[in-house]
Amino acid sequence: MATRRAPLEYNRAWQMKLWLFVVFFFLYAPLVALVVFSFNDSKRNIVWRGFTLDYYKKFFNNEDLLIAFANSLTIALFATLISLVIGALAGILLWRYRFFGKTAVEGAFTLPIVVPEICMGVSMLLFFTRVLPWPNDLIWPFSLGSIIIAHVSFCFPFVALVVRARLASFNQEQEEAARDLGANDWQAFRDVLLPHLKPALIAGALLAFTLSLDDFVITFFTSGPDTVTFPVKVYSMLRFSVTPEVNAASTMLIVVTIVLMALMMLIQGRGRK
Amino acid sequence: MNVDQVSPGGTAAAAVKPIISFRNICKRWGSTVGVDHVSLDIEPGEFFALLGPSGCGKTTLLRMLAGLEVPTEGQILIDGQDMGDIPPNKRAVNMVFQSYAVFPHMTVADNVAYGLKIDRVPQPARAERVQEALELVQLGQLADRKPDQLSGGQRQRVALARALVKKPKVLLLDEPLSALDAKLREAMRFELSQLQQKVGITFIMVTHDQNEALAIASRIAVMNKGSIAQLGTPSDLYEFPASRFVADFIGSVNMFEGTLIDDRPDEATVNCPDLEPYPIHVPHAVLGQESSKVWVAIRPEKMNLHKDADAPPALPECPPAHNVAKGEIKEISYLGDISIFHVLLANGTLIRISRPNRSRFDQDDFGWGEKVWVSWGGTSPVVLQG
Repeated sequence: MATRRAPLEYNRAWQMKLWLFVVFFFLYAPLVALVVFSFNDSKRNIVWRGFTLDYYKKFFNNEDLLIAFANSLTIALFATLISLVIGALAGILLWRYRFFGKTAVEGAFTLPIVVPEICMGVSMLLFFTRVLPWPNDLIWPFSLGSIIIAHVSFCFPFVALVVRARLASFNQEQEEAARDLGANDWQAFRDVLLPHLKPALIAGALLAFTLSLDDFVITFFTSGPDTVTFPVKVYSMLRFSVTPEVNAASTMLIVVTIVLMALMMLIQGRGRK
Repeated sequence: MNVDQVSPGGTAAAAVKPIISFRNICKRWGSTVGVDHVSLDIEPGEFFALLGPSGCGKTTLLRMLAGLEVPTEGQILIDGQDMGDIPPNKRAVNMVFQSYAVFPHMTVADNVAYGLKIDRVPQPARAERVQEALELVQLGQLADRKPDQLSGGQRQRVALARALVKKPKVLLLDEPLSALDAKLREAMRFELSQLQQKVGITFIMVTHDQNEALAIASRIAVMNKGSIAQLGTPSDLYEFPASRFVADFIGSVNMFEGTLIDDRPDEATVNCPDLEPYPIHVPHAVLGQESSKVWVAIRPEKMNLHKDADAPPALPECPPAHNVAKGEIKEISYLGDISIFHVLLANGTLIRISRPNRSRFDQDDFGWGEKVWVSWGGTSPVVLQG
C-alpha cells in the first residue's frame, strides 16, 4: 500500500493528474493536429487521406511564402538586436538612477505592454502615413524599417522588464570592487554587470524574437503593400482556403522557433559550466 | 578630559609622515550629515580600526578614502598626494568589501588576476603574482574553483588576495569578519593581524564590533554621529575612556551619576545617589569644579563580590566605608570562563559584576537571591565630567 500523501504532495492526487492531462491536451493537441495534417494528401484538409510530402515541396517552391518567411526572420532579428540594446539600457536606467519623473518614465516604458495591440497597430499606421511617411521604394531590408521600428516599440519593454528583474539580485559592491581594482566605468560594466545580465539578455532576446516573429496585428497595420511577413501571408492564404500548405508552412515556423530556442538554451547551459 | 588619565600611548609620534590624512572631511546628503569635520592621520604600518555604531559615518569615511564617495568638504591625502580629483581606479588603496564582492562568473585565479589584467601586467609575471597572493591566503589549491564552490571564509580570502595582489599602500577592510560564524571569526582575527605583519602594509578596518577592534587594531578611532569621539590604543579606550559614549560603547560598564564633593591634588571624592550612603574615592585629582556633576564609570570585572556581613568590607587603599555598596544577586549568567552577576543595589539600581571562574567550583561561591557586598578599588572608577 502506498504511503499517505504529504501535505504539499499535490502531484500524487488523481485530480491533479487529470487536471495536468487536460491542460497539456488543450495546449498541445492543436499543435499536433497542425503538424499531422501538414502531411495530409488532401486539398480540403478536413479528412485524413494518406501521407504525402507534396505540401512541403509546394512550400519550398512558393516564392511569395518564402519571401514572407525571410522577411519575418529578418524583422525578428533586427527587432531583437535593437530591443536588446534599448531594453537593457532602459532597465539599467530605471535600476541605477533616481531622477525627477522616474515613475512617469517607468510607466511610459511599460505602456506598449498594456496598450491593446489593435490600438498600437492603428497608431503606428497613422504615424507611418501622416507623421513619418515611410517610403515604399526602399531596397530590402530598409523597406522593412517601419515594421522593425514598430516591433522594437513593443519588444523592448519586455527586455527592460527582464533586465530590471535580474538587476535586483546584483550586488553593487561587485561593480565598486572592479572600480577599486583599477577598472574604469566601461571596464566595470563589461566585466561585471554584463556577465551578470547575460541570462536576462538571453531570455529577453528569446522573448523579443518570438514576439516579433509571430506578431500579426501591428505588422498588418504597418506593412506597406509590397512587404509581407509570414503571419500576414498565412492569414491571406487562409482567406482563400485552408490547404495543407498552410499547415506545412506553420510547421516550418514551429521547427525554426524550436531550433532557435534549443540553440539558445545550449549556449546558456554551456556558459554555466 | 582628565589630565591624569591620559596614557602615554595616546599621544602619537608626530615625526612619522602619515600614509593617510583626512583633513576636515565632511560628507552631507542634503541636510543629513554623514561625516562631520573629521581630521585624522594614519601612520604607515598601522592596523587602524574605525569603530562605531551603525550610521556613525565610519563606512562613509572608508568609502571616501577608496574614492567611492566624494567628500562634501575637506581633503584626503594618500601618501602625501591630494586625492581630490583622483577616481577610485587610480588610487593606491584596495578594499575588501563587506559582501566580499567576489566576481561569481570568474574562477578564484581570475578574480585575483582581475586587477593585474586591467593594469596590463604581462603574463608570466601576472600568473606568478596571482599564485603568490593565493599562497599568502592559503588558497593555492583552489585556484580553479568558482566562487559558488567556496565557503564564506574562503571567499573572504579570495577578496583579500584580490586586493593584496595589487600591492596597495593601504588595504581597506569593510566589516571584514561580520559575515563569518563565531569560531571562524576568532581564527580570522588572528590571521588578519598575522597577514598584516607579513605584508607590512597599513590596514584600515571598519567595524561595529568592539571586541574585534580591541583584538586586532593597533589604534582605534571611535566614531559617533559623524565625528571621532576618541582616538587611541585599545587599552587607552577601554581603561581611559574620555566620554560616557566611549565608556559605554567599548565593553560594558556600570555608570553612576554623582556630585564631586572633594577634589584635591592626590585624591577626590564623589557622592552618587545610587550608592548612598557610601561615597566613591579615587586616588587622583579630578580637576573639576567643586560640587559639579560628574559620571563615574566602573567596569564589571573591576568590581568584587563579598559575602553578606554587618559592616562593609574593608579596602586596603580606601578610607573606610568608601567604594562599597550593598545589594542582592538577582541573576547569574554562567558563561564558562566567567560568570556575570546582576546585582540589585539597595536603592533599585541594577549593576553587572563579572567574576572569572578560576577553579572548577568558583561558580558555586554565590547563589541567586544572595545578599552581598560589592566593592571596587580606588583605581577602578573613571570619573567623567559633563
